[in-house]
Amino acid sequence: MTDKLGIVTNASLEKGVDVRLDAPVSVEDMVVGRYVTIEGQKRRFFGMITDVRLGVTDDSLTVSPPDISDPFIAEVLNGTSTFGQIHVTPMLTIGGDAAAITEGPQPVKTIPTHFCVVNLASEGDIERVFGKEDKERFFIGNPLDMETKLCLNLEEFVKRSNGIFGKSGTGKTFLTRILLIGILQKSKAVNLIFDMHSEYGWKGTHEGGAPVKGLKQLFPSNVAVFTLDEESSKRRKVATDYVVKIGLNEITPEDVAILRSTLNLTDLAVEAAYQLRKVLGKDWLNKVLNLSEEELEELLKTANIHESSLQSLKRGLGTIGRLGFVVPEAKDDAVKNILDYLQQGRNVVLEFGRYQEIAAYLLVANLLSRRIYSRYQQKMEEAIAADSDAMKPRPLVITIEEAHKFLNPEVADKTIFGTIAREMRKYNVSLLVIDQRPSGINEEVMSQLGTKITCLLDNERDIDAVLAGVSGKNELKAVLARLAPKQQALIFGHAVPMPVAFQPREYGSAASYKDFTSPGKPTDEKAPKDIEKLWE
Amino acid sequence: MNKPTDKKIAEVIEASTTQFTAQCYELYEVPPLGSLVKTGDIYGIVAYAETEGMEPGRKPVARGKDEATEKAVYESSPQLKKLLRSEFTAAVVGYCKDNKIHQYLPPQPAHLHSFVYLCPPEEVEEFSKSFSFLNTLLNAAIPIPAEEFVAATLRQMSHVHDNSHDFLVAAGKELANLLNSNIARLKNILEKLKIK
Repeated sequence: MTDKLGIVTNASLEKGVDVRLDAPVSVEDMVVGRYVTIEGQKRRFFGMITDVRLGVTDDSLTVSPPDISDPFIAEVLNGTSTFGQIHVTPMLTIGGDAAAITEGPQPVKTIPTHFCVVNLASEGDIERVFGKEDKERFFIGNPLDMETKLCLNLEEFVKRSNGIFGKSGTGKTFLTRILLIGILQKSKAVNLIFDMHSEYGWKGTHEGGAPVKGLKQLFPSNVAVFTLDEESSKRRKVATDYVVKIGLNEITPEDVAILRSTLNLTDLAVEAAYQLRKVLGKDWLNKVLNLSEEELEELLKTANIHESSLQSLKRGLGTIGRLGFVVPEAKDDAVKNILDYLQQGRNVVLEFGRYQEIAAYLLVANLLSRRIYSRYQQKMEEAIAADSDAMKPRPLVITIEEAHKFLNPEVADKTIFGTIAREMRKYNVSLLVIDQRPSGINEEVMSQLGTKITCLLDNERDIDAVLAGVSGKNELKAVLARLAPKQQALIFGHAVPMPVAFQPREYGSAASYKDFTSPGKPTDEKAPKDIEKLWE
Repeated sequence: MNKPTDKKIAEVIEASTTQFTAQCYELYEVPPLGSLVKTGDIYGIVAYAETEGMEPGRKPVARGKDEATEKAVYESSPQLKKLLRSEFTAAVVGYCKDNKIHQYLPPQPAHLHSFVYLCPPEEVEEFSKSFSFLNTLLNAAIPIPAEEFVAATLRQMSHVHDNSHDFLVAAGKELANLLNSNIARLKNILEKLKIK
């Protein structure tokens, strides 16, 4: 079967390439997001279909349409007077000479000449661009309407902070699970996952299907499940490795500051927290919650805090104090424990159990990450001082959900995640942010995300936020807005040579688990073929 | 080239670069409208035919009042076959040189009194492998509408092709390209192409 689609009729570097489809190619088979090659005279171009149109040679056809009930007339007109057109956004080129081929695909800087042949991209083309599955590349899915494996270089991927976006129910969690497995298998990085809805560790839900296995079930020796809610974990029959408790003495005014809007605190109340810490010392929160009336009045005078501010703060702190995993003083150091696991190369999933309110999530994720990050910073600086690569801590990827709560313009400066996103890999820590409202995330943080993967988004502002600064934004917008509501995604940015719409690989069937846990092993079908070859 | 077995059907009595007129040897034995004919090396397509009296200005008179059939009219007046003549005009669409068919006008017009042959099916098939002649047909200066002429030609040619539908579709597509700014004309031709 030839995959020739048509010929180039018009092109501009800025606006893309117009392709007139050949008569046998049905315009209905062309879908945005598909991947095509253009055979230029001196180089090949790779691009993506970003628009599909109908064309007529004479406008009178649209005014007085021919009798299409006659198949003969319809057949004659198809592809001649009436034809399909696609709009292709070229993304990469490969030069024709040997040097250019070893160099690999380059960003597009020119356009093909008139009437160059346009083909559907073949498996070989996709492989040339995205690489084969190997020790660094991980099979994440298939380009739309293709059987080819789309592979992502995860060693590159974890070098930057990344984002996964999409409306609720579009498959973000499934996609994240696949990527986490990829990071676990193909890169040196370890994951710390703040698992708000207990989806990643042991078992995940599947809309309209049986529950799917979590990371720990697939990779028991590589994954540890930590929990904040032991009871919930026991009820769900999850084998947990450690129960995390947060001591009140571990909570700092900075942690309170990012909870400002969640706990409905006033600015002055947040200010008061800093003041109290100064006066009362490390155990300030415990003390504030247990103060008697007289002590309180005394405190107001010495610390120069307005009473209403203190009341507001106390109300907020009360909410924190009532969280089940918060204890006056934690017996062991949760952060040290997490770090130990991470340094052994074990991935940590922290389940929140019943504490699914955003305040708990923000508090814990921020508190733990900040301290982990500072240890990383310390270790990294020591390694740099000693000029030893071996001393450098393992690269760490922190996965957070509901990222706009951490990274909105109001708190992005205050939370550790804002810092991590901006400072990137300096200290070997990067983020994997998962969010459904990317427009809520600080622009500066968004611009620092290396690779973005997005499922369907339909809010104009969200789409704009995700695509900000990407070349060919308008064309990608058309692709993004037309992704299927489930199990289709668009990936672009640092780790991929060009944007591509794809369908994530299967997750949830027994065969898919086997593929994940023992990739590359010959399947049963292959063996007879190999035997046949021996006889040739 | 003409084989000795080919039967000559007419003789050129008027010739120009773009068309030639031939008189048929037998009354009424005119090749069908749109059929491919050949004189010398020159190919033409029958575009127009008429039958009239030998002497211009002298009108034929009605003779069948007492005859039972039309055939009987001719039987009772055998001189009619000598007094009447059938002629046809063919538009020149190409010529043959060194056994190769060229679908453009020949360097010289046909000779007067040269014989005209009806092309056999193989030759028609060979000729209609290319559609360059369609443009010549569309622009030919002939007394009938060009749409009628083109449609008749393609219908005639389709009979010699095994898959006449595919042939007509391919020709239709060529016409669609030629007439891309005149869809009404195209539709007019296509409607006349339906063979079933």
